[in-house]
Amino acid sequence: MTCAIQARDLTYRYPNGHVALDGVDLHIEHGERVAVLGPNGAGKTTLMLHLNGLLMGEGGLEVAGLPVERGSLDELRARVGLVFQDPDDQLFMPTVREDVAFGPLNMGAAPAEALERVDEALAAVRMARAADRAPHELSMGERRRVAIATVLAMHPRLLVLDEPSANLDPRARRELLDVLETIDQTLLVVTHDLAFAAELCERAVILSGGRIVADASCREVLADETLLARHDLELPAGFDLARIQRRPRRAPEVHNGERCSAFSTSMAPCC
Amino acid sequence: MSGLCNHSLELTGLAGDPASPVHRLDPRAKIVGLVAVTVVAVSTPLRAWPVYVACAVALVLVAAAGRVPPVTIWRRARVVLPLVLFVAAFVPFLRPGGAEHHLGPLTVSDAGLAVLAAVAAKAAIGTVSAVLLGATTSFPSVLRGLEGLRVPRLFTLIAAFMYRYLFVIVEEVHRMRIALAARAYRPRHVLQAGAIGRSVTALFLRTYGRGERVHLAMLARGYRGTMPELAPLRLGAADAAFIAALAGTLVALRIAIGALA
Repeated sequence: MTCAIQARDLTYRYPNGHVALDGVDLHIEHGERVAVLGPNGAGKTTLMLHLNGLLMGEGGLEVAGLPVERGSLDELRARVGLVFQDPDDQLFMPTVREDVAFGPLNMGAAPAEALERVDEALAAVRMARAADRAPHELSMGERRRVAIATVLAMHPRLLVLDEPSANLDPRARRELLDVLETIDQTLLVVTHDLAFAAELCERAVILSGGRIVADASCREVLADETLLARHDLELPAGFDLARIQRRPRRAPEVHNGERCSAFSTSMAPCC
Repeated sequence: MSGLCNHSLELTGLAGDPASPVHRLDPRAKIVGLVAVTVVAVSTPLRAWPVYVACAVALVLVAAAGRVPPVTIWRRARVVLPLVLFVAAFVPFLRPGGAEHHLGPLTVSDAGLAVLAAVAAKAAIGTVSAVLLGATTSFPSVLRGLEGLRVPRLFTLIAAFMYRYLFVIVEEVHRMRIALAARAYRPRHVLQAGAIGRSVTALFLRTYGRGERVHLAMLARGYRGTMPELAPLRLGAADAAFIAALAGTLVALRIAIGALA
């Protein structure tokens, strides 16, 4: 009966007083692929950092079935995989294999199991050949895919990608989409690459000024030019939404045979 | 992007045959063996030439077993050697003792020349040992070896992060230099050096921000203050034989020569 994400009136103020999240209400079910769109400074990255307790705001937040609070952080970080925008921030170990094994080992996996997970995760992102290489020897697209493997190896229920298509050339972007379409976990894609969102996600929300200002199917949101313009977003010139084929996805996981109920009353406040 | 600066960092990394018996040794064995060569060479008295020769022979054998080409050793050693030798080059002119030779206005003493020769031998042996360790052992393996030898984790962690982010920072510096040059920055006198100072500041701030983001990324994957270990190191018979052959023989020779003197 749990949801992938349930946020209720989530508010976060940075120490300098800047309000980055101003009462976010968001409800995402398991298996959904949701794009979080918004201009720079809208609070997208702040929201992402809340999803595994790296920041803790006021209000209610439950992610992957766990309330976000100090006592649940270890389990929460195993269930929620964050893929940061700059792969050089994500890949800090000397070799790809050690980096992908970092998460599983932290979760207490034995080295043999961690190595199995490394092989499985690298194969899932088509980077098995790079296991012994250093991150700085890889291209940007390869680094991005390895960064995804580092969280896939933790077997998360929810994958959160921050600007996955940034700084990728068209081929690397295509390869990334090919990899992402095979991932059956819940996906939250934080981006302002609207074409990327259109191809991958069935649902889109717009985060602007720290609030969710639109929440509908990706096609509906992207077709509303006035809405996009109001929040400093726009599709590439000449872009024809009708010609975009959204990539198929597997059926969403249904937990305990029920849909999750929005904003369950058992939800704990997150701090 | 990564292609920009590879030339400046080509001095790192394995060389020779990665499948050679030396490359496959436990990093601790190589560290102990090659550090022993250096310590023996450094601690040997000036005129005990047999020890220097033995050290040199040992290094040649290690290089041959690891199939590390002499040209690679030379290319890497010449980065460090001139600095060391530069200091020693003044000794023959300054140190009195033994017969003296006059070269125009300068006087060179025999004792000074002996010191120069011994220092050059010690420097060359120490440098080539380090080069061979680097050529036969990847940097991450060296760090794991050091950890296995009880070097505090904090030091090896700092070195590991330096290694990982050196490439990133070198790329950033390179891009900054290009950005300065692209706006016609060609400093001709000291007053124009301000831009470099500001670049350094910007680089520091970026590096600091990078450090914070890396820490967040580590926390996001369950980091709790200790780095996990993927595969424990194991010392085998080959490693023991390597240490015994290299460190054992040279230390025994060094002690024997010391006793004779």
